[in-house]
Formats: sequence, structure tokens, C-alpha cells
Amino acid sequence: MPDQLLFAMEVFLNGLMAGVLYALVALGFVLIFKASGIFNYAQGVMALFAALTLVGIMEGQVPFSHLINAVFGTEIHHFGWHLPAVAAILLTGVVMVALAWAVNKLIFRHLVGQEPIILFMATIGLAYFMEGLGDIMWGADIKKLDVGLPQGINAWIDETTFNAFGYGFFIDNLDIWATVIAAVLVIALTIFSQYSKQGRALRAVADDHQAALSVGISLNFIWVLVWSIAGFVALVAGIMWGTKSGVQFSLSLIALKALPVLMLGGFTSIPGAIVGGLIIGVGEKLFEFLVGPLVGGATENWFAYVLALLFLVFRPQGLFGERIIERV
Amino acid sequence: MLYREAGDFKTSYREDGQSFPIRFDRIAVQVTLAVALLVVPFVINDYWANAVALPFLIYAIAAIGLNILVGFCGQVSLGTGGFMAVGAYATYKLMTAFPEVSIIIHVLLAGGITAGVGVLFGLPSLRIKGFYLAVATLAAQFFLVWLFNRVPWFYNHSASGQISAPERTVLGQAVTGPNAEAWVTYLFCLLFLIFAAVVARNLTRGTMGRSWMGIRDMDIAAEIIGVNPLAAKLSAFAVSSFFIGIAGALFFAVYLGAVEVGEAFGINKSFLVLFMIIIGGLGRIAGSLMGAAFLVLLPVLLKNVLVGGLGWPTDLAAHLEFMIVGGLIVTFLVAEPHGLAQLWRVGKEKLRLWPFPH
Repeated sequence: MPDQLLFAMEVFLNGLMAGVLYALVALGFVLIFKASGIFNYAQGVMALFAALTLVGIMEGQVPFSHLINAVFGTEIHHFGWHLPAVAAILLTGVVMVALAWAVNKLIFRHLVGQEPIILFMATIGLAYFMEGLGDIMWGADIKKLDVGLPQGINAWIDETTFNAFGYGFFIDNLDIWATVIAAVLVIALTIFSQYSKQGRALRAVADDHQAALSVGISLNFIWVLVWSIAGFVALVAGIMWGTKSGVQFSLSLIALKALPVLMLGGFTSIPGAIVGGLIIGVGEKLFEFLVGPLVGGATENWFAYVLALLFLVFRPQGLFGERIIERV
Repeated sequence: MLYREAGDFKTSYREDGQSFPIRFDRIAVQVTLAVALLVVPFVINDYWANAVALPFLIYAIAAIGLNILVGFCGQVSLGTGGFMAVGAYATYKLMTAFPEVSIIIHVLLAGGITAGVGVLFGLPSLRIKGFYLAVATLAAQFFLVWLFNRVPWFYNHSASGQISAPERTVLGQAVTGPNAEAWVTYLFCLLFLIFAAVVARNLTRGTMGRSWMGIRDMDIAAEIIGVNPLAAKLSAFAVSSFFIGIAGALFFAVYLGAVEVGEAFGINKSFLVLFMIIIGGLGRIAGSLMGAAFLVLLPVLLKNVLVGGLGWPTDLAAHLEFMIVGGLIVTFLVAEPHGLAQLWRVGKEKLRLWPFPH
């Protein structure tokens, strides 16, 4: 096989892996949007916050230590313990649930019935708030996150492809793990929403708030549940991205990467989020590989958006979105 | 006591339809303008111009522009930063290509070019609505910033990739470049703001503004009663981008002097201007001014109190600022979705009856 084609194949595979991570973030958006009609811009910041909290708990950092030091002139930083990854993940899960409860209680309960765009803007405000909160709680320096996921080149794939084509593919172990975990997460969420009692209630709320309320489903509980699940998905995404590129501010920007994924796949479709993620992941890597050198590179910043924009002109509801019916 | 319509008789339609029908309002606006034009230029110094006055004036122009699109026409845009960059780079290219032409014309032309780009990115709004459109305008944001970063023609092949404004004069006084004096730059931006506010106010009162508001409130219904959605949406994009382009041009040429596009016109700028109009009040010209003033003054105030007064490290103060801004946005949306302008209006209603409210 010619070299160019092999490179392209490698780029394609890496694009698929990146796409899985995009899909993971997009999934969090879809869940909240389906159940409450809120387009949660803060999803990316939630991933950042989850990752920061996870690192902080694992390292035994004192929350708000900077603030406390500044106010009282003390010099505290760490409690001096190291928690195992599993315990820290569980504790972070608890924090995310508490956050979900607070967000619902303090913000979105008061905004029931407002226009969707107002809710969207509220989530932008929430994103800013949480960004500041995360930095104040845990400090703004770049942190390393290691929960024991394998990293580095996968030797087996490298060897096999080298023997087959004479060129070893570079596939990161972490990406393979991310793919597996994302797949498990999607299957688990599908089973949860299709077969469990809460999952059915969740779909009922998504379908019609008032009808769900009238058959005795607690809207408050469902919304807290949904935000908790979204927080959990954010935690998983935060672990993956945090392990890959360190826990830092840029992590919150993955939300921006997930937006075109949503537009492509449709805001209300879980399969759409997955397929959209893969298309964007592969598309932007291949575009950068094929066209990038001709126009000066770094096309990854905008390619996904322009693709989604062009796509929407022809199909405004996305690939799998529900048909938009407008009435006066 | 003074704030009354009573006794203020209108004898012509022209008087009846004026922007400020209450005499007290009219006088207040005139006094504010007189102070801004005749007193402030004599007392302003470099610190006040650069920390408060110029950012306020320029952001106010951008906020008026965005308010036309979001507040009046209901098309949410997250591409403000990108459009400001178009204005900045257009001025830069014009300034360097035609040095003999007045900078006022360059700034206005830059606004016109931005309007064209705005219409181009507004085209999808005919098919895409709501969030889909908001996200689609992000395409403009990222694509434009990338374009100005990567195509050397836009920054005249300068080694640093930055653009910097050469010195230009108006009536013999330098308005751009390092020799520009505070009062000149202040007056220059103020005149543009007054121009923007007057044009925007009158446009939104006329046929065009009504068709925008029709589209905002319910586009299908507006279409049925004869509003052309193509014309209404694209004109909103054009007018909005025109002002945003002017703001971008002033931001680059007068305020910063030299910019690097990703830093000066990134996505955060888009959000900042959007926050200004949310806090100030969607669909209110006065709201744009209040929102801009609020979000320009807040960081200055926080910095002076926290860093200067309490001696906290600057990064901590910056993070706290994030929290406060975010918290304020949410608080405003929960408590007063119509922003500062609505509070102002409620205050005025109260004042009208004061001191005998019953």
C-alpha cells in the first residue's frame, strides 16, 4: 500500500478515537436537553470541575486554600494524604450530585417556563461561575491526573500493522480505553433509560412535563437525577481528557468541540451524538491532514463548525433530530 | 417632584413622538451629554481614559450592535468577537493602504465591510433557528479568527503576526498611535458612540425596528402579516455587524493600538458583550450602555478593592471576578430577566408618583 494511504488510515483511526471523546461530552448535553429542554453550555466546565475535584481529592488538597491563605494569612495547602483513585472517583461523584442538586434548586427551578434561550444564557453564566469556583477551590495551575489508565503507544497494534503493511500505526492505549468506556457508558445509559423505572420516568418528563407531573412523577427529582447523570458523564469525560492532556483551563473548551457534534447529530438523539462525534472526529483530522497544509494548518479550530453549519442549511434538525414542526 | 408629564403639553405629532417625552428626561440627557462633551475632556487623564472611559465607550458601541441582533431581532449571536476582528483588520488594511484618507472614513468603511461579512454569516439564520443558530455563529467566530491568524495578507506579512495602528490625525490631533492624547481618543470614541446610539434608537423606532421585533416575538406570525423575514433578519445582521465592526475598529486602532487576533477578539469577547446586553437589558438601547458600564467598571472596582485594598493576589481576584460575573448573570436572569434597564424603568415609574404614591 502507498504510504499516503497508510498515513490517512492512521489519521482516520485516530480521528475515530477523538470522535469518541467528543461524543462522550456531547452525550452529557443530549441527556440534559432531552429531559429538561436546557441546552447546558456548562457541560465542558462541569468536566473541568469534576477533573479538578478528582485531582484535588486524590492529592488531599485543601479546598479554597488560596482564598483562606489570602484572607487569614495562613499557609495551608494539603491535608497530607493520598486517596486511592476509586475512592476519589466515588467522592467526586458525590460532589457532582450535590452540585446537580444545588444547580437545580438555586437556578433552574426558578426558570421553569422561561424561553429556551434564557435557559441557555443561564447555563453560560453557570459556566463562568463554575470556572471561577473550580479555580478558587483547587488553584489554577495545570495538574496531572493519573487514575491508573494505561497510556502510550499500543505495542500490539503497532506490531501487527507493521507486520501486515510494513508501517506501524500509532494508536494510544488511552484512546482505546476511552472508546471502550464510552461504549459501556452508552450501553448502560440506554439500558437505564429503557428498562429502569427512573429511566422511564425520565423519558416521560422529556416527552411532556405536565403529563408526567399528572401521573405522579416528581419533576424535581428527575431534574436532579438528570443533572447528576450529566455530572457523572462529565466526570468520565473529565477523567479521559484530563489524563490525556492534563487538567487545565482548556479542558472546558471541549464543550465548544461538542457543540458542532450536537448540531450534526441532532440535539435530542443519543445515537446522533455518537455518530456526530465520529464524523466530526474523523472529518477534522482528515481535513487537517489533507487540506490543512495547503491553507496554513490549525483548521481543527473551525472545521467542525463550518461543516455543521453547511450541514444544517440542508437539514436544520441534524441527522437524527426530531423534525421541527412550527405552529403559530 | 420634577419627574412628571403633568403640565408638559405636546402640540405637534413630532413632539409627541420624540425619544424622551418627559422634560426632566430630556434635560437630564442634555446635561449628561454636555458634561461628557464639554467637561470630561478637560479633566480626563491617561489612567481614566484607558481603564474606564475608552473600554466603556467602545464596548457600548458593540453592545448596541449586538442588542439590535439579539434584543430586537431575537437572533442569538456568539460571533461578536469575530466580527470585531473583521472591523479591526479592515481598518488596518485601509489605514495602511490609503494613508491619506481620514481615519473617520476608514472606521465607517470598516463598519460597512463588517456588515457585509455579517450578512454572509447571517444567511443561515433563514434556515436555522434558536440554539442551532447560536452555535452556528460560533463558526463565524472561530473561522474569522483563524483566517486573520493564518493569512499573512491580513497583517501585511508582519513578522510578529500582530497588527499595529500607525499614527493618524483628525483636525491636526493624533487619535491613534503612541502620541494620541487621552482627551482626543475619548472624544473620538464618544462621537462614534453618540452616532451609534442615535442611529440605533431611531432605526428601532421605525419600520425596520418593528419588523425586527415582529420576527423576534414570533417569526411565522410576522411573516404572515407581511414582514419579509429575509429582509428583516439580514438587515438586523447588517446593522448589528456595522456597529460591531466600528467597535472592533476603535478597539484596535484607538484603544489597544496593537492587537493579536486570538487574544483580543477571542470567544471570551463574544460572551463579554453578550453578558453586557443581558445584564443591561435585551432590547433596550439604554440597557446596552448600562451593561457596558457595569461590566467595565466591575473588574476595575474588584481589582482596586481586592488587590489594592485587601492585598489579595491578582489571580485570585481574577477568579473571583469570574464567579461574580457568572453569579450576576444567573441572578439577573432569575430575578430580573429584563436587566438593569428594567430596574431603571421601574425606578422611574416610582419616581413619577413620588412622594405621594397613592
